[in-house]
Amino acid sequence: MPTETKDESAEPASKVELPDSVAGSGEIPSFDITLRVRRYLPEFYDEAYWDDFQVTMYGTDRVLDALHKVKWEMDGSVSFRRSCAHGVCGSDAMRINGHNRLACKVLLKDLNTSKPITVEPIKGLPVEKDLIVDMEPFFQSYREIMPFLMNESAPPSKERLQSAEERERFDDTTKCILCAACTSSCPVFWTDGQYFGPAAIVNAHRFIFDSRDDAGDMRLEVLNDKEGVWRCRTTFNCTDACPRGIQVTKAISEVKQAILSRKV
Amino acid sequence: MSKTPAGTLYRGREGQWSWVGHRITGVVIFFFLLVHVLDTSLVRVSPEAYNAVIGAYKNPIMGLGEAGLVAAILFHAFNGIRIILVDFWKKGPQFHRQMLWIVLAVWAITLTVFLIRHLPNVFGGH
Repeated sequence: MPTETKDESAEPASKVELPDSVAGSGEIPSFDITLRVRRYLPEFYDEAYWDDFQVTMYGTDRVLDALHKVKWEMDGSVSFRRSCAHGVCGSDAMRINGHNRLACKVLLKDLNTSKPITVEPIKGLPVEKDLIVDMEPFFQSYREIMPFLMNESAPPSKERLQSAEERERFDDTTKCILCAACTSSCPVFWTDGQYFGPAAIVNAHRFIFDSRDDAGDMRLEVLNDKEGVWRCRTTFNCTDACPRGIQVTKAISEVKQAILSRKV
Repeated sequence: MSKTPAGTLYRGREGQWSWVGHRITGVVIFFFLLVHVLDTSLVRVSPEAYNAVIGAYKNPIMGLGEAGLVAAILFHAFNGIRIILVDFWKKGPQFHRQMLWIVLAVWAITLTVFLIRHLPNVFGGH
């Protein structure tokens, strides 16, 4: 449990007098945490190492806020990616306390703040600096499954119609933000970088099961490979890691079955 | 790329550990089969050599090894059925965790029944 100290608050208290009964009128509890960051500075050291930072954070803060505090106020050399900071862009996937999460979606108060909070780069991709990894192998697999609509027929004058049921078949896999949390949580991908990985299969699923797309067979052929869907060992790490709640392993299973039955 | 292996162990959940268990039991069974094919093929060399080798297995350490082998085979078999269901049953991915608990329960029951039958043979000395 966080050690609460009531004498500090995140920002000056409002000058508007509110009765205590009104929710939100109280001060935000603060607590001290240790952020244990996996550092890798190839210009200076050959080896990666752990760096501890003590920071006072508030009940409304996320892991990303702690990283910001460290970078802006303590050590400017700490490097990580982030863009929107609101769980939409998918830039700040990292390994927090051992499993892949978006730093902007994990509240510190939901973690065990009595122990150091470990932050590491995602696994299986080459680390460039600190928490930044080279995403190119990840995007290479993504490009190979042709993540775009292919339909050779003449476009209708208005739009390509689709029923609600047809849309429902691939609704789950449209949510992907390409953060790589799933692919870099996969034990198969860690040891076999050639494996397409969950994210590429999820995005293939999104078009394979789209009634407006005509290239489903081509994509199934790409994934019916030694390094394709058959590498999946159903560990469900990807489903657990997905910040958008996509049922990744289920999507991969559906692609497996589509390859066997060739019925899309 | 960093030469040091990545920091902590990935904290996956039931799915990851059932996969680790499946791998380990698979390797154990493979090594048993390797030895088993060799000792059984000795009967082609000479029945006496075969009897001598098989006789050497009749001690408590090998008996406990047999118990471990049966435990590995039972887990690998039941979890294998679970993996097939995850891949080919429509609701498999949804119920993979519940299926793992069923696998472990069935594994514990069958192993207990086997041990009740097997351990007196190992330590009974006949």
